[in-house]
Amino acid sequence: MSVRVQTSDFDAAVEIAALRQGDARVGAVASFIGTVRDVNDAAQVATMTLEHYPGMTEKAIEDIIAQARRRWNVIESAVVHRVGRLKPTDQIVLVIVASSHRGDAFAACEFIMDYLKTRAPFWKKESTPEGGRWVEARSSDDLAAERWRRAD
Amino acid sequence: MLDTQISITVRLVYLARLRDAFGCAGESLVLQSAAPTVAEVLSTLRARSGAFREELAPQRAVRIAVNHELATPPTALRDGDEVALLPPVTGG
Repeated sequence: MSVRVQTSDFDAAVEIAALRQGDARVGAVASFIGTVRDVNDAAQVATMTLEHYPGMTEKAIEDIIAQARRRWNVIESAVVHRVGRLKPTDQIVLVIVASSHRGDAFAACEFIMDYLKTRAPFWKKESTPEGGRWVEARSSDDLAAERWRRAD
Repeated sequence: MLDTQISITVRLVYLARLRDAFGCAGESLVLQSAAPTVAEVLSTLRARSGAFREELAPQRAVRIAVNHELATPPTALRDGDEVALLPPVTGG
């Protein structure tokens, strides 16, 4: 498991190759990349600044991955999340899951991303022509995370 | 019989929009209590009025973390603990 929070950009192909390392148990690699869009709530986003809580953020992401491991076959996984100043089309986050089969890889990847949106300590501030504005959490993200809830 | 009052110092951390609203990134807080908890930090801050009372009103969605673990009002505090106030998260 690899969790990194960094200002610099990432290369998904490099990260995936490093994750797989020719492990023949792996039959499926699922990945997700989140990027900065240019419009949020109809205000033109010029730049966005991402903040985290050093120490807790990494721990929270590790905990999310641990939860995914308990529920699905996860041979290896990685999350890279950028912070600092980003602009539209920049990459923000990378989630990679390597499993034996695609069902586990897809599900675990989506689970990690849904929980990352609702539980990982990051905060976005947009700078628009009208000034700086902290992004509000979306109820649709909470609903997405909620669907993974189980009876146990 | 009186409970023994102890005095502890905790380090408060304000994240994101709370830092902007309060005008500072954090501070030291001394609590005098027989059994200090997160609840006392919240009531102390709310009593300050202004941005503190507004942002930490009971219906506002603020999470608390103690030493990087999510906590609740009954969570006990010890001298030197770091108590962070987290607005709703918007990562990913």
